[in-house]
Formats: sequence, structure tokens, C-alpha cells
Amino acid sequence: MPESRIQGGVRQEVAHDSAHKHVSGEAVYIDDLLPLEGQLYAAIGMSKKAHARIVDLDLSGVFESPGVRAVMTAADVPGSNMVGPVVKDDEIFASEIVQYCGQSIFAVAADTVEHARLAATRARIVYEEIEPIFSIDRAMEKESFVLPFHTMKRGDSNRAISDSPHRLQGRLRTGGQDHFYLEGHVAIALPGEDGDMLVHSSTQHPTEVQEAVAEVLNMASKDVTVEVRRMGGAFGGKEVQATPIACVAALLADHTGLPVNLRLDRDDDMILTGKRHAFRIDYDVGFDDDGRIVGVKIDLASRCGITADLSGAIADRAMFHSDNCYFLENVTINSHRCKTNTVSDTAFRGFGGPQGMLGIESVIEDIATALGKDPLDVRKKNLYGVGHRDVTPYGMKVTDNILHDLIPRLEKSSDYHARKKEIERFNGENKFFKRGISLTPIKFGISFTVLHLNQAAALINVYKDGTVVLNHGGTEMGQGLYTKVSQIVAEEFQIDFDQIKITATTTGKVPNTSATAASSGTDLNGKAAEAAARVIKNRLTDFAAEYFGVVRDEVNFENNSVVVGESRISFKELVNLAYHARVPLSATGFYATPEIHYDREKAQGRPFFYFAYGAAVSEVVIDVLTGENKVLRIDILHDVGTSINPAIDIGQVMGAFVQGMGWLTTEELVWDSEGRLLTHAPSTYKIPTGGDVPADFRVELMESGGNKEDVIYRSKAVGEPPLMLANSVFFALRHAVAATSGHGGKPNMDAPATAECILMAIQELGERGGN
Amino acid sequence: MKNSVRFLLGTELREEQNLDPTMTVLQYLRTVVRRTGTKEGCAEGDCGACTVVVGELVGDSVRYRTINSCILFIATLDGKQLLTVEDLRAADGSLHPVQQAMVDCHGSQCGFCTPGFVMSLWALLENGASPTRSVIDEALAGNLCRCTGYDAIVRAAFQVLGEGARRTEPDPEIVAALKAITPAGVLSIETGGRRFIAPGSLDQLMPLLAQHPDAVLLGGGTDVGLWVTKQLRVLDTVIYLGNISELKKIEVTGSEITLGAGVSLTDSTPILAEHFPALEPLFQRFGSPPIRNSGTIGGNIANGSPIGDSMPPLIALKASVLLRRDGATREMQLDEFFVSYQETALEKGEILEAIKIPIEDDILFGVYKVSKRKEQDISAVCGAFAVRLDGTTVAEARVAFGGMAAIPRRAVQCEKALLGNSWTLDTIEEAAQALDEDFSPLTDMRGGAAYRRLVTRNLLLKFFHETSGEAVNVFDYEVPAHA
Repeated sequence: MPESRIQGGVRQEVAHDSAHKHVSGEAVYIDDLLPLEGQLYAAIGMSKKAHARIVDLDLSGVFESPGVRAVMTAADVPGSNMVGPVVKDDEIFASEIVQYCGQSIFAVAADTVEHARLAATRARIVYEEIEPIFSIDRAMEKESFVLPFHTMKRGDSNRAISDSPHRLQGRLRTGGQDHFYLEGHVAIALPGEDGDMLVHSSTQHPTEVQEAVAEVLNMASKDVTVEVRRMGGAFGGKEVQATPIACVAALLADHTGLPVNLRLDRDDDMILTGKRHAFRIDYDVGFDDDGRIVGVKIDLASRCGITADLSGAIADRAMFHSDNCYFLENVTINSHRCKTNTVSDTAFRGFGGPQGMLGIESVIEDIATALGKDPLDVRKKNLYGVGHRDVTPYGMKVTDNILHDLIPRLEKSSDYHARKKEIERFNGENKFFKRGISLTPIKFGISFTVLHLNQAAALINVYKDGTVVLNHGGTEMGQGLYTKVSQIVAEEFQIDFDQIKITATTTGKVPNTSATAASSGTDLNGKAAEAAARVIKNRLTDFAAEYFGVVRDEVNFENNSVVVGESRISFKELVNLAYHARVPLSATGFYATPEIHYDREKAQGRPFFYFAYGAAVSEVVIDVLTGENKVLRIDILHDVGTSINPAIDIGQVMGAFVQGMGWLTTEELVWDSEGRLLTHAPSTYKIPTGGDVPADFRVELMESGGNKEDVIYRSKAVGEPPLMLANSVFFALRHAVAATSGHGGKPNMDAPATAECILMAIQELGERGGN
Repeated sequence: MKNSVRFLLGTELREEQNLDPTMTVLQYLRTVVRRTGTKEGCAEGDCGACTVVVGELVGDSVRYRTINSCILFIATLDGKQLLTVEDLRAADGSLHPVQQAMVDCHGSQCGFCTPGFVMSLWALLENGASPTRSVIDEALAGNLCRCTGYDAIVRAAFQVLGEGARRTEPDPEIVAALKAITPAGVLSIETGGRRFIAPGSLDQLMPLLAQHPDAVLLGGGTDVGLWVTKQLRVLDTVIYLGNISELKKIEVTGSEITLGAGVSLTDSTPILAEHFPALEPLFQRFGSPPIRNSGTIGGNIANGSPIGDSMPPLIALKASVLLRRDGATREMQLDEFFVSYQETALEKGEILEAIKIPIEDDILFGVYKVSKRKEQDISAVCGAFAVRLDGTTVAEARVAFGGMAAIPRRAVQCEKALLGNSWTLDTIEEAAQALDEDFSPLTDMRGGAAYRRLVTRNLLLKFFHETSGEAVNVFDYEVPAHA
């Protein structure tokens, strides 16, 4: 890589491209767009029952409500009423049977948001109730599944377990999680000529929205354009869930011939859009005296909600991460995809990985408790080896393992052992407060596990004045993708970052895109943009060589100019010369991830291009009388290969960690016995605040010498992996709870470890006499 | 009678007639004047994306405080100044130091919460706060960010606060402009048969109550705002109490604190904390700064919610309420004020005028809030304990809980078990058992019944141990420096 002298090349800590607009309120989100003449506002009429036949749907009160201009139901959909990313099993409007509380039954468009929302409450619906299934346990009992059972195995786990010196069985439940992006779901649909539709959608997946809108309107992809400049957060929650919102806006726009804005109220957003999957994880493990796992059987039962959504891939990723960093010689991993009368669960940062990892980490912790060892020692005993014990349960060789270097570095930098000793002393002397500490590692597989999604394209236009417009299929949700990809293009052309305009993602410029998901945004779009820039750079090089009569090797781009032999001209001058010589200055670039392959039937292959690694140490203190607690210090050492923008990467690490911490501590989703979500607003659903984050929060990026694979500038994906570093908070809390009974027994703690969960675990452990 | 709302938007005088009487500040900003920098994240005052700053004339100065624009009605701004994120750039277009610090520290990712954080930080800076982590945390407790993990925002706060306070003198032009629009008399706006009426004194208020017996009385609006934004209720007549100076009085005599019902939670904190130090940490965790800036002590009580945080400690402290109706007032013990779920002793045409709290120096007093999250959460349980010892014998015991019944209530059996017994762990353990007879709590999203019972008993233990100097608040716990 040439040394960057340009402003804003790779490895520089460039501020987010929109930072100055974020802080001044000038960044335009979809609901900030200037309304067009006649624009209507929409609201969705939602089911009050979890499972029922609609016997009578009287919408006269809705029609008569003030300001109402249109009402639509399933019967009014001109095309298909069915959407879904994999299986088309989600109804835009429930036609006969509602299957969860909050499901969309109809939509209304009115002159104001307030009128639309008021009208949506005025339907009179007669339901005939059908017995619902809400829990994983009930779904397993009733064999209610959205997708077939899947299994992955190596060796003979049953035999290995029964032949082991020690055996343990256990169960862990992990709760779901609401994305709580600060910007709720929103779409504006603008009808055009020939029935064309332009949709501004807060989506991670413009192509899916485009295709779905075309299908519901009975049109084709060419008739629909979907655009998104930025989202106010997404976290997976806008990968699939944005689609029906955009479809409803488009349906009403098509129906009325007017622009329609559909923005969900926060409560409605939380009730009618999907969340992270709750899991029930059962395990049976055999291990030796050192705590090394000899055989393990893991049953993952995930609550998928009512439809398939992305549950197949999510449950698969949970299986792929049920090893985390550990070599499981004899292993069986089973996956049950439970169908429940709850909103369909969906993608959420980590995509099944967090649940899979928390399962095996619990196994490790239970082994440590049973043997009276430090869980870190048990972790180390089970780590994937380098050159041996290095094949995953799905047959992929782990060739880039840096944990044997990373973990000791973190132990040292965090002073883990001395602090642990001090904590033990403290706990011995204190009755009302107990402290806990935990070091947990992660290994997260990077690539979409569905092969064809691992592709991306970009479009670059160079204008006569030497400025550049960049467009690619990735979407900006705050993660800094636009910034990083611009840095890559700046580096390639050797021009300053501010010479490049990053333009809104639109299906009209780059077609057939994959969702911006699976942490892959920069890997895929960065390479595609680099390829596009290279096409133009090659043309400019050829042109300059010919024009100035030198060989290609004598044409070099550096610091906003081009050196040709002995002379130097500005990038702008060269571009202008090239234009007049009729050199094309626009190009597309394409990238498809190499090497990956996977035979799902056999559960064998290389689904991931590479792994991202990291580890964290968390220390906590709990109040033994109330279960309330506080994270005292966090130390993270995380591997991003060679960082394209360390400031953005550290922001991702911290943000993901705190989000993971929320999942494992305060973020509790509660439904009532009728299947109604009770925690549907920030007053009742508690994501972390600033006060939950310790002042002592140390994050370092691991100097690992770069990604072994040819990923853009040898960087590594960073969006999801650090979320799972927060496992250390959960196990530090568990460590503190165990201290209340002198570490004699295993605390019965599920996730999230709320104050209630902690206090009840202390109580229960005490009643067991600490055994 | 005045029928237009006048306020400063930044430095520009706005005079609005025909406003919807319950239009929120946020709706006004986003749809009427199209200042879209202020965002709606939840429309219930719990996420802070809508945070703006309101300036109010105090003598010859302007006091700036954050509020949640999503639940405050625009008509309440009559005579005030409204500042939004759009007002912060300097005349030459350069970013305000708060904004620049956020950029420098990579304090924004998706940017949607950012304007709210910027306004909270701006108010903090304007009010001359010192750069400590606890001050910053408290100021930002009402602002949720889902992207950054907060650390970068806190660094930005340290950066800008470290540069020193921005403001020394109130801007005379703003002071003059606010003086010129100071409300006088009754503001009354009527649109589409619906009314917003803001009297300036109790004398103006009382006949209005008779005239509009079904009017909704609006204090800080932190609950009533949600009736409109969440329950989509259409309020025909709203009588706003925020301009009535008598309701904002704070009086301390030798033996009693009197708080006007309209005193904001923010303004009631210093005086309460001075006399009852245990209330300070509670009030720091009460809602968030913008909620405490709007919400009033009287509103928290008159609302009659079983989970308001002011009531358990006030009941334990033997507070009484002063109720006024045309020409007459009556006083009642606060614990008798609550009748049943969200129903109080207030009669039609009667208002809560003030709260009186006896100052007792010879009591042991503690109050504890237990919630899922430390900051800006509603209590699962809030317990307050006031005990007077005669030697080692409990001469008086007042124990009150929120979150344990349909109303905030005393624990009579527990009090009985304490009274007349010696202040020992044995007595406490017995009294803790008695709590089980006092309450049959519910299971809801804030906690299970078993947890509520257990934690209630433990809070009594905590109080006992704390009075013996043993336990401290877990949130204050710091790791001691070790070798």
C-alpha cells in the first residue's frame, strides 16, 4: 500500500462522512424529506389477538374517521399479498387468520399522521380465537416448527460423553432483544408515470424492497426504484422488516396516486416488527479432569415466531458458533426452529452467533464450577489448536487462529490474575457486595452462509473537474460504511476524501444488491468500489502513457496528482485531458468472495472466508440485597486485521459491546399470557444508558499483522463480532453470584441477567446450600 | 384574555394563533416551521432524540433547561425561548464547540440521537457544569444512543466542558425580548372547539375550574403529553398551571418545607436534599433531567400512580397535601390522599396546591429505588423508611412502598412489628416477615411478585445496615486502587 499523503486515505481516522450533519441536525433522514404536495400519512391496523380467525372486519369507522383518504386490506392488494426473504410466508395484511398480536390487518392513509393513527384504532373486528403457542417449550411439545430440524455432527458424541470421566447436563435460556434503532421504521412512496414507484425506505436491503414492492403492485423490478441515503440505526432490524412497511406505503401510494409516508410509532414498531431469537439451549457434555471437552451434544431450540423470515440462516449461524473458540472432537449440534404465535423473529447483529456462543461458554463455565477451576483455564484447555485440533464441527480448518497470542496479551494488559485474586479477597470480606470477573474470547465467521449473497457491485463516475461520485450496493446505518469505502476510493485514485461524493444507495444505480448485513459491508462493497476505481485508473494510466509517450509503469497516482515520467500533473488535469480524448470516466466494479463453499445437507464445507477474533475482560459488582449491579471495568482486545479506519472500528467495538451487554443484562422482553408484548416502549424496555458504561472502558485493536485472506486492505469485518465480547459481563455477574455461596455451586442464571434474575439466583443458590 | 402564543424561536419572535391546543413542541418544529433536526424517537419522553432547550426569564437572566419536545405542548412555551440544534452554529456557519467536540470524538454513528445529545450537552455547558463523569452521566441520563456505547459522547463532553463555561452574561437582547412577551393575564386559545387556557394566578384559575369542570389540569405534561401522543386522546379543554406563580413557591419555615404543587422536580431537589440527604440520589434517578425539568412534584402526586418515585418517601416523612377549592382549602395526610388505582381524594373543582413536609432532624431516614436500569427507569419497587429511636427502642416507624400495591402505601404490619421494639437485626427480620402480610404485589414487566416480595424485605435490611454504616449504594461503588 502506498503511504497515504492524501487527506482521508485508508488507515486514517477520518470522521464519519455525515458527522458534521449529525451534530447540526442537517443530516436528512426519510421523515425529514420535504413533504410533497398532497402527501398522505399512513398507519397500520393491528391485530389484538395472537391467534384467531377474522370473522368480521368492519372498517366503516375507519373510513369515517377524520381526514381519511384510503383504507386497504388484503383484498385490495393488486399483486401478491405474500412477502418473505426466503420463504414467501408473510402476509402484508392478514387475510383470514391472524397469527400474532400486532399483526397487520389493514392500512389507512389520511391527511395527517395523527388522523391516520387515530383512524387505525377504529376498526371493529370480530375474532374467533384459536389456541396459540407462545413458548419454545410448548412449541417443542407440539412439534410446531417453521423449518425442518437440522443437525451437524462429528464423531460419536453419545459414546464419548458416556466414556468421559465427568459428565454434566444443563440448560440455558437466552432472551430476545429489540433492535431499538433510534429511527423507527419509515418509508415514503412516490407514484410516477406508468405506475412506476419511487420508494424512500429505511432499509438495509433496497433490492428486497424493490422486488417486494414490484410483486405486491403486480409490476416488475424495472418499475420500482428504492433509495436510502442513511438509516438512524438498523442492527439487522431493517434487513427484512423494512420490506412490508415499504410495501404498505407503496400500496397506498399506488391506490391514491399520491405520495404516502408510513412512519411507525415507536410502540407499534416494537410490537409489529421482529426481534432477536430467544433460545433454549440444552447440553450434555463429557470432559476429563483438566476440563477438556471429550464429547458434547447441544440442542438449540430457537423461537422463530410465526414465519420463516431469516430464521433458517440464523439458526444455522447459531450452530456454526456453538463451538465458539473451542475444538469439539465428538459433537452433535441439533437445531429446532420453533413456530410460535409471536412476531416473526429476525436478523439482529450477531445473527444467531451470540446464542450459539453463550451456550458453549455456559458449558465451559459449568465444567469449571464442577472441577473448581478458573473458567479461563478451562477455556484455554479447549481452544482450537494451531496445526492440530483445528477443524470445526462443519469441517472447516481454522487457519487464522490468533487466540493463543491474543488471550495472553489481554490477560497481561488487563491484569486479570491479580485482579481476580483481589476480588476473591474482597468477596471474602464483604457481605453485601460481591465482585466478579470474567475473560471470554470470541471467534466469529465472516461471510453470508448463503453463498450467492457474497457479491457486491459499485459505480464510480469521475467528472471533468476531477471530482468523483461513488455509489455502491451497501447501505449506511451509522456504521461508517460510506466513509470507509470512500477512503478506499480516495486511496485508489490518490485524491482527497472530500473530492468524493458519496451518494444515496439506490437500486437505480447498482442493481441486485445483497443486504448490508453479516458484517460484510466493507469487505464486499469496498472491494467492488476498488475494482470500479481500478477500471478508471487503468484507463487513465493507459491514456497518460500514450499521451505523454511513456510506459505504463511510469504513470503513478500520488497525492492528488499523477506523476508521468519526470513531470507531474494534477488528477483534475489528467481527467480533463482524458475526457477530451474520449476516455470513458465511468465504471462499475464487482466482487464475489472467493474460496467459500458449503454443502448444507452434509453440514460440511468452508462457509466462512475467515474468522474475526477478540476477547474481553469484564469486572462487575453486585448488590446482594437487590441484585442491582454495575460494570466496573471493561478491557477489550479485538482483531480487525489492518484497520481501514481505527476510529470507526473502535466505535463499532464499543457500540457492539454495549449492545451485547444490554441483551445480557437489562433488556428484557416480556409478553403477557395473551401474547401481548408488554415491553413495547423505552419506558418499559431498557437499553443501556451512559451510566451503565464504566468510566474505565479500554479498547485496543489487536496488531495481528492483517487478515491472512485477501480482504480489502487486509482488514476484517467488525460490525457484529464485538457484540459477543459482552459474554464476559454475563459470566462476571455469574462469578459474583457464585461468590455469595463461596463458589460451591452453579448459579442458575438465564439471560438477560436482570437485577431480578441475579437476586433470585442468589436466593436459589443459597437455598441449595451452595451446591 | 390573550389568544396568541408568543415565544422566541432562537432569536426570532413567533406569534402563533389557531394552534392545535395539544400540538407538541416537536410537531410544531417538524411540521410547522420545518426544523427537522429535532427527532422523534419514542414520543413518550424516554429516549431524548427530541431534546431541546427552553429558556425562561428569571429576574434579569435567562435560565436554560432541557425538555422533551415530544410530550410538551407548544402553548406552554408562551413567554419563553425555544432553542433547537439549528440554533447552535455560529453566525459564520462554524460548528458550536459542543458540536465540534462530538465530531472530534467520533460521538455520532447513525446520528439520529445526536441532536438530542448535543442539546443536553449544550445546556450542561451553559449551566457551567464541572467535567466529572457523574455530572455528565446525570445530564445525559435521558438520552439513549444505540450505536456508540456512549464512551465517545462522554469524551466529547469532557472535551467541551474542560474548555470552560461558555456563557458569562445573559444576552441583553434576549432578556429584553423575553420581558416584552412575559405572559400577563389569562392565555386562552381555542381551535376547533378545543381549548388551551393558561391562567396566571390562583384567582384567575378558580373560576376557570368552575367553568370547565371536566378540564384536564396540566402541570409539567410528562404524563398528559402521553395521553395525546400514545393514547390518541382528544382533550377538549386543557388548563395549564405552569404560569401560576403561587404554585411555584418554595417555603421553608423552622419546622416545615412547603412546596407549591407546580415546583418542578428539578427545583424541588436542592431543598429536599438539604434536609433529607437520602432523597438526593433518588431524585437523581427520578426520570431524566428533561423529565425533571418539566415534571412537577404536584403532578407526580396528583397523578396517583402507584409507581411515582416521590410518594413513598413523602409518605414516610409524614407529608401532607394542601387542597384548594373555590375559597377554601383543606389539608390531608398524603397517605390518605390515595384512594385506589389512579384515584385520589381530589374532588371536582379542587386542585392540589402544595405539599408540606415536616422537617425532622431526629429520624433515621432512607429511601431505595429498585429498577431494571439505574438511570431513567420506573421503579419495580421504591421503599422509604423513617424511624425515630428512643434510645435503642423504635418510638416511631413509617414505612412506605411504591410498586407493591395499586397505590403508594404504608406497610402497616411492618411498622407495627418495628414499633416499641429494639432496633436490632432480630426486630428487622421480624418486621421484614411482616411485609408479606402488608402487600400482595403483582407480576408485571418490571418484576415478578416473588422478586418484589424478596427485594422489599431486603430493602428493610439494607436500611438497617445502612443506618449502622455498613452498606453503600452499589452504583456509587468504585474499585479501590490496588497494587
